[in-house]
Amino acid sequence: MEIWQIVGLALIVTIIGVLLRQFRPEIALQLTILTAVMIFLLVLGKVKVIIELLQSLADQANINSYYLLIVLKIVGISYLAEFGAQICRDAGEGALATKVELAAKISVLVLAIPIIAAIMESLIRLMP
Amino acid sequence: MSFNLVLTVAGIGILVGILAMLLNESGRKEMAQAVTIAGVVVVLYIVVQSMSQLFDLVKSVFQLY
Repeated sequence: MEIWQIVGLALIVTIIGVLLRQFRPEIALQLTILTAVMIFLLVLGKVKVIIELLQSLADQANINSYYLLIVLKIVGISYLAEFGAQICRDAGEGALATKVELAAKISVLVLAIPIIAAIMESLIRLMP
Repeated sequence: MSFNLVLTVAGIGILVGILAMLLNESGRKEMAQAVTIAGVVVVLYIVVQSMSQLFDLVKSVFQLY
């Protein structure tokens, strides 16, 4: 999907959204959510290519693919949480958005536990 | 395909807004409320479907299981 199509879609939705927000704010919000989903669906095909490149590079450098998988999961979690939190904040629910971000941070931390443990292990091995 | 869905939602929004305004002007407040709720439910159906599609795609691309 090309960039001008995405920009055009976003501009048209912005104009219609300004019109709708005056008398139907709830449908304007849903229109925004739908557009965000659509733009990400269009972009995700290219993200797949980037991830395949990263995986092949990691294979060539003999990095354990387990760590790459963790990093990928963290990126996915942060994207989803950002998506939800931003929509909540747009609708004026700042408290809910903060909670979503907190949950995302905690799950990222849980995913990072194996990496932290590996670092600690190698540190302990280095110490005399 | 994606463009059509967004324009459909925008059309539903404008249509529901005008209908609700007309019903309000002619003194049928409860009908206007019903039309608004129906519009929101129809749009929510579309939005939830495409959101589940997005979540499935994100799960498969970032291997979140």
